[in-house]
Amino acid sequence: MKFLTSNFVMCAVKSCAGSDKSFPLHFSECKLELEEQDFNPDFIISMLERLNWDAVLSVAKDLGNTSLPVQKPENIEGNEVLLKDLHSLLLETQIVEGKMTCGNCQHIYYIKDSIANFLLPPHLAN
Amino acid sequence: MKEYLIYLAQSHTNFRKAELESLAELHNIKVDLSTHDESSPFMIVKLENDQDAYNLISRSILSKGIYEVWGTGNNLEELHESIQKESKQYWDTYMNTSFKFDNISYQGGKKSRNEQLSLFESFSYLAFQGLIKMKKPDQVFVILENYDIIDKKPSPKPNKMYFGRQINLSARSNGILDEYEISKRPYYGTTTFDAELALLTCNISQIKKGQITYDPFVGTGSFLVSAGYFGSLTFGSDIDFRSLKGKKLKNGRLIDNFKKYNTLNMFGDVLCMDFTNNSFRSNFKFDNIICDPPYGIREGLKVCGTNNEIRMKGKENVIIDGELAYLRRDYVQPKKTYSLDLLLDDLLKFSGERLNIGGRLSFWMPVANDEDIPTLIPHHENLELTFNLVQDFNKWSRRLLVYVKRDDSYRGRTVTIDDRLVSNNFRDRYFTGFSPNKRDQGR
Repeated sequence: MKFLTSNFVMCAVKSCAGSDKSFPLHFSECKLELEEQDFNPDFIISMLERLNWDAVLSVAKDLGNTSLPVQKPENIEGNEVLLKDLHSLLLETQIVEGKMTCGNCQHIYYIKDSIANFLLPPHLAN
Repeated sequence: MKEYLIYLAQSHTNFRKAELESLAELHNIKVDLSTHDESSPFMIVKLENDQDAYNLISRSILSKGIYEVWGTGNNLEELHESIQKESKQYWDTYMNTSFKFDNISYQGGKKSRNEQLSLFESFSYLAFQGLIKMKKPDQVFVILENYDIIDKKPSPKPNKMYFGRQINLSARSNGILDEYEISKRPYYGTTTFDAELALLTCNISQIKKGQITYDPFVGTGSFLVSAGYFGSLTFGSDIDFRSLKGKKLKNGRLIDNFKKYNTLNMFGDVLCMDFTNNSFRSNFKFDNIICDPPYGIREGLKVCGTNNEIRMKGKENVIIDGELAYLRRDYVQPKKTYSLDLLLDDLLKFSGERLNIGGRLSFWMPVANDEDIPTLIPHHENLELTFNLVQDFNKWSRRLLVYVKRDDSYRGRTVTIDDRLVSNNFRDRYFTGFSPNKRDQGR
């Protein structure tokens, strides 16, 4: 799972949908790998609009990165250093193994072989 | 407005008009396609300018090329007459450009080199002075011919001829089908969706650069690589962890198909998910949802849960090595069977909520041909059905249904399985060979 994707997913349990603690998930025991990708600044700029920045900060912190600006960066067209940092963090950082825990119901989801598994046990499904 | 000739592929002919309509809308091109005829590979359209003609055909899967029309006729004499009468205003412009002649004949026999040369030479009155270049000429002038088949053989002479200046060739003519052929991918499976139809579905869905596309039943990812080809960022999910994990870690995963096609930056992610317990956050919007839902010929349709509530009762309290079993890394989530009708209702509801306004849901639905098909089609109040296209397989057919998400002023109606009364029991019908008796017994 890419770091980017952590910004789009929440706890799959339906009763957690209304809770602001079910997003973002809390990441722990993660093993990271860097998967190189071509740098495309326009893509990063357009993707920024779709990102929940507080969730970016939260997951980055879980993974040990506290160097990001506190506010969502704006007008960063000319800021190549930051764009490259975001490129590397959002797109190149792969979480290959790890746990994701819901802050509301405490359910644990696992990432195995780079694939996040959001399947639920019967008592939590529907 | 000028006349252009579109040369179409004789493949999935009942999808051609829908594709052209969609591509015209995508590029803001005004065009009347009402003269489209499924039995003919030729179609004349009126367009504003060459740029519109170029754009209309550029990414087409079911068209081959587009030509500025210089003349038409039922035989060569008529064609020459028509060119001299209709196209003189064009001649000067191309007097000194490099060029070549080409000949496309539909259902015609192969011409000898001499026959072809004498055909080309009959156009010498155009008196082009430019260099003849076989490779990358500035202009290509094409004689297109339609032949009848008589007694399984092409008629000796064409019954319709066109002469035109080539404006653009399509993605199809530039080899996209060969390039995206399933068996050439690092990762594919027995249920991998046909490349031609996957690319076509993306065109009819108007998938383009800057968008986000989601396939909730991604499997081996045929729709995602196609959407990636058209420049959309792609996400997929599937309940089957193995299909996401791929055949092998090195060059045997879905992501490796994107690498092969040089579209790695269009690969968002794939997640293991039960669509009915979806983990995409609800305020994250997609531009396109595109899929072939699992109608379950092979293994039946499954979602998370259990068909045996009694046996599973209390299992949530089982502890292994001091941990709740269902929270352990190696826990395998049980699955239960689910109906296609319910899944389609879920799919429409999800799309109604999660698509951006103007975004599209496109999916394929199998159905037995003797069913009352209109009653089987699901509807949602925020989604307008824009296409219902049929691929026929004798006793059953597969339909491409395309819906557009409308804003709040749109007043559609929701039609779920509760309202439809009949269920699309395609899988049962498939296994009984679509026999009518068996169906009636089942009701």
